[in-house]
Amino acid sequence: QDYFGVCSEVMIKDNVVVVYEVLEEMLDNGFPLATESNILKELIKPPTILRTVVNTITGSTNVGDQLPTGQLSVVPWRRTGVKYTNNEAYFDVIEEIDAIIDKSGSTITAEIQGVIDACVKLTGMPDLTLSFMNPRLLDDVSFHPCVRFKRWESERILSFIPPDGNFRLLSYHVSAQNLVAIPVYVKHNISFRDSSSLGRFEITVGPKQTMGKTVEGVMVTSQMPKGVLNMTLTPSQGTHIFDPVTKLLSWDVGKINPQKLPSLKGNVSLQAGTSKPDENPTINLQFKIQQLAISGLKVNRLDMYGEKYKPFKGIKYMTKAGKFQVRT
Amino acid sequence: SFQIKKLVYVYLMRYAEEQQDLALLSISTFQRALKDPNQLIRASALRVLSSIRVPIIVPIMMLAIKEASSDLSPYVRKNAAHAIQKLYSLDPEQKEMLIEVIEKLLKDRSTLVAGSVVMAFEEVCPDRIDLIHKNYRKLCNLLVDVEEWGQVVIIHMLTRYARTQFVSPWKDDEAGEEYSENNFYESDEEQKEKDRKVKATYIMDPDHRLLLRNTKPLLQSRNAAVVMAVAQLYWHLAPKSEAGIVSKSLVRLLRSNREVQYIVLQNIATMSIQRKGMFEPYLKSFYVRSTDPTMIKTLKLEILTNLANEANISTLLREFQTYVKSQDKQFAAATIQAIGRCATNITEVTDTCLNGLVCLLSNRDEIVVAESVVVIKKLLQTQPAHHGEIIKHMAKLLDNITVPVARASILWLIGEYCERVPKIAPDVLRKTAKSFTNEDDLVKLQILNLGAKLYLTNSKQTKLLTQYVLNLGKYDQSYDIRDRTRFIRQLIVPNEKSGALSKYAKKIFLAQKPAPLLESPFKDRDHFQLGTLSHTLNSRATGYLELSDWPEVAPDPSVRNVEVAESPKEWTGILGKTKKEKPAEKFYSESEEEEDESASTSASGGYLESNLHPTAWRTSGSESEKEDKEEGSSDESSGSSSSSGESSDSESDNKENTAKKTSRAADESDSEDIKKKAKAISRKRSTSSSSDTESTSSEESSSDSKSESDSKSDSESGKSRSATSSKKEEKTIQDRKAPNKQDVFLLDLDDFCPVPTPVAVPTAAVLSPSLTADLEGLSLLSSSVIDVTTQVSVPTKTHELLHRMSGKGLAAHYHFSRQPGIFGDCMVSVQVTVTNTTDQKIENIHIGEKKLPPGMRMHEFNPIECLEPAGSITVSMGIDFCDSTQTASFQL
Repeated sequence: QDYFGVCSEVMIKDNVVVVYEVLEEMLDNGFPLATESNILKELIKPPTILRTVVNTITGSTNVGDQLPTGQLSVVPWRRTGVKYTNNEAYFDVIEEIDAIIDKSGSTITAEIQGVIDACVKLTGMPDLTLSFMNPRLLDDVSFHPCVRFKRWESERILSFIPPDGNFRLLSYHVSAQNLVAIPVYVKHNISFRDSSSLGRFEITVGPKQTMGKTVEGVMVTSQMPKGVLNMTLTPSQGTHIFDPVTKLLSWDVGKINPQKLPSLKGNVSLQAGTSKPDENPTINLQFKIQQLAISGLKVNRLDMYGEKYKPFKGIKYMTKAGKFQVRT
Repeated sequence: SFQIKKLVYVYLMRYAEEQQDLALLSISTFQRALKDPNQLIRASALRVLSSIRVPIIVPIMMLAIKEASSDLSPYVRKNAAHAIQKLYSLDPEQKEMLIEVIEKLLKDRSTLVAGSVVMAFEEVCPDRIDLIHKNYRKLCNLLVDVEEWGQVVIIHMLTRYARTQFVSPWKDDEAGEEYSENNFYESDEEQKEKDRKVKATYIMDPDHRLLLRNTKPLLQSRNAAVVMAVAQLYWHLAPKSEAGIVSKSLVRLLRSNREVQYIVLQNIATMSIQRKGMFEPYLKSFYVRSTDPTMIKTLKLEILTNLANEANISTLLREFQTYVKSQDKQFAAATIQAIGRCATNITEVTDTCLNGLVCLLSNRDEIVVAESVVVIKKLLQTQPAHHGEIIKHMAKLLDNITVPVARASILWLIGEYCERVPKIAPDVLRKTAKSFTNEDDLVKLQILNLGAKLYLTNSKQTKLLTQYVLNLGKYDQSYDIRDRTRFIRQLIVPNEKSGALSKYAKKIFLAQKPAPLLESPFKDRDHFQLGTLSHTLNSRATGYLELSDWPEVAPDPSVRNVEVAESPKEWTGILGKTKKEKPAEKFYSESEEEEDESASTSASGGYLESNLHPTAWRTSGSESEKEDKEEGSSDESSGSSSSSGESSDSESDNKENTAKKTSRAADESDSEDIKKKAKAISRKRSTSSSSDTESTSSEESSSDSKSESDSKSDSESGKSRSATSSKKEEKTIQDRKAPNKQDVFLLDLDDFCPVPTPVAVPTAAVLSPSLTADLEGLSLLSSSVIDVTTQVSVPTKTHELLHRMSGKGLAAHYHFSRQPGIFGDCMVSVQVTVTNTTDQKIENIHIGEKKLPPGMRMHEFNPIECLEPAGSITVSMGIDFCDSTQTASFQL
């Protein structure tokens, strides 16, 4: 994926030679050899349009003939001799909420899985330190190998020489013990009647504890029981699709407007003759909240040592729904 | 071209076995490529050569591997280690020779090689544990730096090793407590740790502790395999009180993709059986989501069941209730079984569970009902008596249930407790006898059983029915049923042939049956090592290595002590002609640039004949005004290298690293400067030595060697400079200055302690004469201090370069600071800490004779003029290893 952007059959077919080479570098006799993508990129350069043109003209290839220096150095994840005209370092703090909400709306489990993804394009060998306002939140973390563990242990500061390009700096886990604020609620009323082949269906989604931010990209999906034939629903906002084959209902809500809560109402028609499903479907929810890390994690400052230029720094927060389920 | 070559390689690897002749033709090419200057080509040639599975070339391969195992490039050596496994699988007879190579490679210090060679070790000779002894500590210490896949293999190997070498920590669980509060993984504290350990009541082998400490940070690895490996290591090796720390990391792994989830959950399941407490706080993490695939769901359920206890059972049961309603019927059935297990394990809730299950009997889904019936049957069996109502209820259900297992269970229940339901039982038999021919085999057998039991207890009502059933059974298609029929008939129906046996029929049939135990399917897995394929499959996979039990008595730990003789490959040496790369002119032009600086001086080292006695290293310096300096430089011989310039680099680098501010030294050194200026001209041409330094020149040159110095250019003016000089003739002055200097030294103290691997140096022998010579000696100190805020604190490992005994009280440790080379791209920075352990001053510590392989360059530190007793100083030097692991050797 690092090479081609997307991993699809067509892509692999088009680049079969490169794929072959990459796999060959990665594995030797079934044992992993080099899996660091920075090193692979130096051994076998990813195809770009420009390079393809150049290669066809000059007849050269995209296989590096020098062993990447990084592999032997003390910082194997970073290529040497990196150069950029605008030096920039972006960090995305992305948190996903995994939660199970039961019928009555109380939370059964909730935990936060967070990652800090970085896109670092800095010249030379910069040495970065990243400090947090409230590092105590992070008690279960896993780091990219570049992070100096000792420093983290003693000072709770991330100090590292970053790899070039995109990478995942750390991922963390805020477990169920801590109180996790659930930013949305779902009101539902789904009932199937035994006598008729009709059922009622009603869902309303609303914000809760969002700290003033808007909830965006809301998407509700629900796997209907097998007995459901069709659904006639009217949403107050957004669009909905029911796939009668897979019995999957999905409702693309979009932004939640706190003044006018989006709802989806209608009837469910069941297969005649079958008894009513014994369980109501669970509702899966997806949403996004920009500029908010729900755990309250905040990056304090980012400093760079080792290089003289001034990098452009940026930090973005985002909260997403991970595996967010509402039982009905 | 290179790409085509590569593709040809790939082709060759795939088809060599089929077209051996063709492959043989190409071999000479590879042999040539093995000598290629490009390490990448050497490595891939070796790879291809070893991948060609043609038995004829085994000797060639053997030769190539041997050669490559002593290659300069660690990359090539790594590939050699890989090749060992391939050769072994091709021709196991080479084992002995290969073990030799492995032994050699195990001594390698490169992190790149370590993983691969252990992999080869596991493959070729996993039982040769004696090879590990000497490398054990090294491997433990290197572990953090090895690439991820290597870590996995090494950890597994070390687990096995530790199991054979250390006594079990489980006997005394409290012992570990004391340590768990500390940060183990700070290499700095190792020494202290060691001391404390000695005092502890229960003494865990220090090496055992070392292993645990060094693996702990790896729990934070991003690679799931590494985390899993560490988890199993802790599981198998750590004291029970400490094993708990892995659970947090394992729970974190549950977020990854489902294949990983599956394996991790399986391992957790095994762990949770034995030690419930470990995962109890994470109970909710195992709650099932409706989107999980079934296999994950059942595993989670398994764990939940294992974790159930009196305290959490009510929440669990509520959770189970939701699961039972799940659309995934297979999962719902598994849940019912789980409820059953909870019910048997926790007696308080048995009745609740039973009631719940009975409610489920009215469920419309057949599978759920059937499963409940089976579970109820088991539960009833464990709780004999007074459940007549339930049995009656179930008898009624018999009409509706079609699942054979459930029907059979009901029939069995009725048969077993037919005395409690005397009215229903014959009725049931009547019904089933009617449908006998249409039933499943399982049910038929139970009908026969029921008949037989009823016949014995209630023969009046059922005699005819039973005979009818037996007759049906006699002509059944299944021989099993025919067999059973015959057996029962002989047993219960009295006739003249049957002897005494029929008298006991009642006893036979109506004996109390022991209740079945509801157990976790993971119960029997714990004899396999966690995280192995065998564990996952629950059967022995080929290549599985049994984890041995703890030995009663620990084998001699001294085997792990590395002997002095075989230590430091790093420092055996060759010659150094490389120093002259940086032309002297360049250096001087630099110093000319600094004209504006107030007291600009430059130091230059004259490199006279290099192979003289160490004291032949003489430095001559020029100082004070620039005219003087230029004069001085012109006087230098053409062979003068920029060494002292470089060494002032290293001095400044040293200061950066330790981030010590020694501004105090400034005042003192200023006065010294003035004094020296006066002396300078006279001293300039003397061959003995004169010394000086000043910070600007060193800063200038360090900025030249591309690194962090730019940031401090502004702070330059305020920088302290200390320059001292001493001559033989000027002892008095020197003595007076010494106390001043000590301040500087003390500030420089670096706080690491050596790892316990005593590594001595071959140069030790040569050292004593040089030391004595030095002591009366010429000395030169340059310490230019730069105030930099970069705190580079990397977890570093310290290696001992020179033991204090062999060095007559002078100890030297080195470690790689894992910093980008300060002296240049390809320079690896090495920090050397020199400590004086005698009660006298040691003067003039500098790098003496250097023996470097061609292509290697070394950037030595400024000589240290004087080292106070118990003082220590850290200097940095850069070594360009030229991608090789040839050792750099030099004399102090």
